[in-house]
Amino acid sequence: MTTDVRTAAGPPAAPPPRRARRRGRTDWGRYYTWAVLAWLFAPIAFMVAFSFNDPAGRHNTTWQGFTLHWYRNAFAYPDLNDAMANSLTIALLTMVVAGGLGTLLGLALGRFSFRGKQLTNLVMFAAISAPEVVLGAALLSTFLMMNVTTGYWTTVVAHVMFCVSFVAITVRARVITLDPRLEEAARDLGAGPWQTFRLVTLPMLFPAIMAGGLLAFALSIDDYIITTFVSGDVTTFPLWIWGATRVGIPPQVNVMGTLLFAVGLIMAVVNIALARRRGGG
Amino acid sequence: MRNRKLTPYVLVLPAWTWLALFFVVPIGGMLSLSLTTGNVITGFQQTFAVGNYATAIGDYWEQILRSLSYGACATLVCIAVGYPMAYWIAFRGGAYKSTYLLLILLPFFVSFVLRTISWRAFLSDNGVVLGPLKDIGLLPEGFAVLNSAPAVVLGLAYNFLPFMVLPIYAVLERMDPHLVEAAHDLYANRVHAFTRVILPVSLPGVFAGVLMTFIPTSADYVNASVLGGTHNTMIGNVIRTQYLVNNNYPIAASITFVLMGLLLVGIFTYARALGTERVMEVHA
Repeated sequence: MTTDVRTAAGPPAAPPPRRARRRGRTDWGRYYTWAVLAWLFAPIAFMVAFSFNDPAGRHNTTWQGFTLHWYRNAFAYPDLNDAMANSLTIALLTMVVAGGLGTLLGLALGRFSFRGKQLTNLVMFAAISAPEVVLGAALLSTFLMMNVTTGYWTTVVAHVMFCVSFVAITVRARVITLDPRLEEAARDLGAGPWQTFRLVTLPMLFPAIMAGGLLAFALSIDDYIITTFVSGDVTTFPLWIWGATRVGIPPQVNVMGTLLFAVGLIMAVVNIALARRRGGG
Repeated sequence: MRNRKLTPYVLVLPAWTWLALFFVVPIGGMLSLSLTTGNVITGFQQTFAVGNYATAIGDYWEQILRSLSYGACATLVCIAVGYPMAYWIAFRGGAYKSTYLLLILLPFFVSFVLRTISWRAFLSDNGVVLGPLKDIGLLPEGFAVLNSAPAVVLGLAYNFLPFMVLPIYAVLERMDPHLVEAAHDLYANRVHAFTRVILPVSLPGVFAGVLMTFIPTSADYVNASVLGGTHNTMIGNVIRTQYLVNNNYPIAASITFVLMGLLLVGIFTYARALGTERVMEVHA
């Protein structure tokens, strides 16, 4: 990505005509933007670098020497592995359930007008903007009063609850831009309502559904605050890290963080490449 | 025909049920819990104890005020840092706009807790930054960044900056470039074109950004715990401790409601002052 930007930075790289008069000036905005990006990536660079560190004591904060030891022993802590497995399965379940419910909701909001639409928007808005502490505390209060034991499934329920609105918004945005004539054409060609939905509407919505689902996955796997309230004795990856801070975080955590980041990076690059090809083709 | 009319309700039903059962009802449940008295051993009885709220405010006003001011400071930092960035990407990002947006979002792939803890390691008293600076004598031996109010505010600003950049970018990107051209044609200089044309158009984006940073930063407790030490606890820390450590549920629920109320009042006052109507539409 750095090379991309360098080629774009070349001064005579055909600036749009209106900005021609600015050609001679230094583009401070570019340096500024990169400086802020450097700030955003600083702790991540630190995390990646220190996954290769060979620390002397329990605290992995000063550079001692390069090692691949932690990658070879990435799964040395059974508790940590369990926590990671919990995080991944909870995120997958959330992606599927919130993805499904959110898609239906987004479809209804984008396509139909119905009684209670305003109220639905209000509730979604409230669920998105309410602080996590409030969502977690409210759920825990209710679980306590109903004598529900908190654990794995209460966590899934909570994650679906706070992700569903995000999926709905993503899908709604796409539904609004769909050309209704395509569906009409399908009807005219003899497709029934279900066939039209399956063969025309759904494929067109697919990118938005995927985006919403991935968003739900990302929100779920990252969540700490709500999870602390509703997870009971079950530990997820962020909760395990939090628990480990008192005794010193093992470098395996940096390894897993780095691997997750690498997966995200690959998905992002593939996504850009696909978008470019689709746009170009 | 009958089918068509029912369709939206069928589509909405599952998500509605979920949100009603696990969001709307629990808020009511928390309200009810906040008015009870008792303890974990004897159980909690509904006594409509409004006094819980007096206790909550009386005991924790310091943390409440601290949370709101940390949240406000972090939000201001986000505007100051994020606005120019959003502006530059929207107007000068060219073909790489989406790449820049992706770079802003990429840190989210690393867990929020892990990033915050990485900051602590990064800024630790003898770590990779402060250690060498102390070795060459640029900083006194006792100098520390961690466990201070600025560390918490900067940590909050760091974690929520993308939520400010994205909405501002979204309005600036959609803005009709002819508006700026018209301003220039009417002899506005660059400062006037910005203050009279671009800034007013972008205010709804700033509003959405404030909503998405001020609320979560004021209610956060991760940054305060990790970067703030023991003297900078926020109201989120109190809520967590009261719920999960002390099991003092009525007071915990009361504090949560006080926080919610203050945030709502703050946001609506701001919306009125700004004249931004239809707050929800901006946000969505």
